Amino acid sequence: MSADDQAEQAIAEDLRGRVRALLDEHDPKTSDPQDFLAARFDAGLAWVYFPRGSGGLELPRGFQSQVEADLAAAGAPPGGGPHNGIGMGMAAPTIAAFGTAEQQRKFLRPLFTGEHFYCQLFSEPGAGSDLAGVSTRAVRDGDDWIVNGQKVWTSSAQKAQRAILVARTDPTVPKHQGMTYFVCDMTDPGVDVRPLRQITGEAEFNEVFLTDVRIPDANRLGPEGGGWKVATTTLNNERVAIGTLAGVARETGMIGKVADAWRAEPQLRNPAMHDELMRLWVEAEVARLTGLRLRQRLTAGQPGPEGAGLKVTFARLAQAISGFEIELHPESGLRYDDWTMRQPEGVDFTGREPGYRYLRARGNSIEGGTSEILRNTIAERILGLPPEHRVDKDIAFKDLDK
Amino acid sequence: MSDLLYSDTEEALRDSVRRLFADRCPPESVMRVYGPVPHDFSAVWHALAADLGMAGLLVPEQLGGAGASAREAAVVMEEIGRAVAPVPFLSSAVLATVALLEAGDTETVKGLAAGSLTAALAVPLSTAPGDAVAGVSVSGDGLTGRVTSVAGASEADVLVVPVAGPDGLELHTVARDAAGVDVSPLLALDMTRPIADLQFSSAASSRVGTASAEAAVRASLETGAALLASEQLGIAQWCFDTTLAYVKQRKQFGRAIGSYQAIKHRLADLWIEVNSVAPAARYAADTCARRDDDAPIAAAVAQAYCSGAAVHAAEECVQLHGGIGMTWEYPAHLYLKRAKSDQLAFGTAYRHHARLADLVDLPVS
Repeated sequence: MSADDQAEQAIAEDLRGRVRALLDEHDPKTSDPQDFLAARFDAGLAWVYFPRGSGGLELPRGFQSQVEADLAAAGAPPGGGPHNGIGMGMAAPTIAAFGTAEQQRKFLRPLFTGEHFYCQLFSEPGAGSDLAGVSTRAVRDGDDWIVNGQKVWTSSAQKAQRAILVARTDPTVPKHQGMTYFVCDMTDPGVDVRPLRQITGEAEFNEVFLTDVRIPDANRLGPEGGGWKVATTTLNNERVAIGTLAGVARETGMIGKVADAWRAEPQLRNPAMHDELMRLWVEAEVARLTGLRLRQRLTAGQPGPEGAGLKVTFARLAQAISGFEIELHPESGLRYDDWTMRQPEGVDFTGREPGYRYLRARGNSIEGGTSEILRNTIAERILGLPPEHRVDKDIAFKDLDK
Repeated sequence: MSDLLYSDTEEALRDSVRRLFADRCPPESVMRVYGPVPHDFSAVWHALAADLGMAGLLVPEQLGGAGASAREAAVVMEEIGRAVAPVPFLSSAVLATVALLEAGDTETVKGLAAGSLTAALAVPLSTAPGDAVAGVSVSGDGLTGRVTSVAGASEADVLVVPVAGPDGLELHTVARDAAGVDVSPLLALDMTRPIADLQFSSAASSRVGTASAEAAVRASLETGAALLASEQLGIAQWCFDTTLAYVKQRKQFGRAIGSYQAIKHRLADLWIEVNSVAPAARYAADTCARRDDDAPIAAAVAQAYCSGAAVHAAEECVQLHGGIGMTWEYPAHLYLKRAKSDQLAFGTAYRHHARLADLVDLPVS
């Protein structure tokens, strides 16, 4: 065994000891979930690759999966509390990358315990794919910023305590240079959240109107004018988070639904659909392996744009498989389970009935970067092909034709 | 948990194989396999097999091999694909070697490991793992029968022949130049992996081992299918890299054609596809190396996916090169022909879908 292997084994053994100690002192079956998560954070077992004091132990990222597996096996609650995907998958890695030591202490612990549920205030009616076109204004006022504007496609804004926010702080410079990134308190009286109903019938998203919302400068992540770079980190993490939703185990995700139905209901089977089923099964399995391989390569550091490929594939397959699933059950495919307007607790792409799954999957190639924009990202940032001709890149934001 | 990446040893092995092919069989020389008198690449094969020791990768050390695994052999296959190298590594160092080892041979494999002998497994290249292999007939006079579309037979010294014995399938070795052995080279869609029809007429043979050879032949084809995915990865990567470089450099209407979104998006999609070939191929190689229970599923998934992806990459390579891609002079066609033939080797994707359906309990009816 090499010295590296020995060192690695020693770390793994030490981590197992820490997990055991945590579980001994805080039995997940009897502890309050928030207390358990607080203890886990304080033990450095929230994100083992984060700094000490910020929920981590400064270890290589590769050790995280073992901790997650051991804790899940012991019935521990998920980090961040239920459905806190934006907090855990996007806000936390961004805060870890750009937050000061003090900001990390302030934000990460309540995020991890689930005390602070996060939402994302990025997209606007006039800034979708062109995120750098945001026009929500943040104006400096002493130690604070005063924010005015409208955001859209904000999942779970109605129950969030905090948001990650990109706003324009300087309209006199070109658009990418005049944005700043903040952590915003969603309980501020100037925050008005209105549900936005979507094609599935429910309102998973919201519009958020910001009127004279006050954010202390201490809640700014990264430098003034540096918001684009910080937001890119968030978005790269988002793509990996969405792209790896297909899961670690075989037949998790949309393909599992179809495979289960095929096995359970022999009367649905026919040879032409069978070959299509197998083709989709193979693609889903290959996508799963591609996600595993990306995770093996990401044992350290922040994900780059590579996650974009995974996300494009995830969307394409979710759409193809959910469409196939409807055709598999022709008669029940004609029906729908519930058109009532409601605000779900969390979103589950593989939840409810085939009709819902099919409609919800249409969003997979739009949310978190459209598949078209992600192809540009891959072509330009990974493959080094010439960038699109941009007429707005060097013009002050205030002078753009909007 | 499978490691889907490469170890430092595997990367070092890759470098040595890549250097050999760059020196000894660049595309312009590979093209000569399509000439009226096919060029002889046996010196390149000898350098790979004996000098670099690659023929012995799958042979245990006590039999003179390197005692390596399918993971390392897969890296050699990647480089063979990348260079469309006309060497009988798959037919000799994988198919024949695995069949002989599994059947209990301890003699011929020593020669194979040393690179002093080359062998071929006498089954049609299109045979999928698990397909019934009939075998030629055997009598007191020797072997009699016909086997079509065998890869690597012309380059072989020894033919490893499945034989229908009185108690089931047997494995025999026959000298390629023995009396009663006729090897007829064929014109092939892909001349970089030559195929031949074999006719045995009372040919003298020696039986390998005494047990049924069903499992040995199956293991050989299973390993071949798993490792072919890595060759397909090498083909796809060459096609992608070459196409990407071309669209950056080729100008029309006053700008690089790679600046058009129609081309950029096609290349982005191809990049995604080629990036999915590697995990499928590495998973197949790794499970094969570890003799994992999941290996048959991994091989079927890899073949079902990688074979089409390599063909697609080669077709995109031809299309995005425009007229140049259609010329005899430009090497794109070597990769297209190899990719399309590889799609048939060890069964098409359709065949693997059917096989997979059994393995993962998704029955057709």
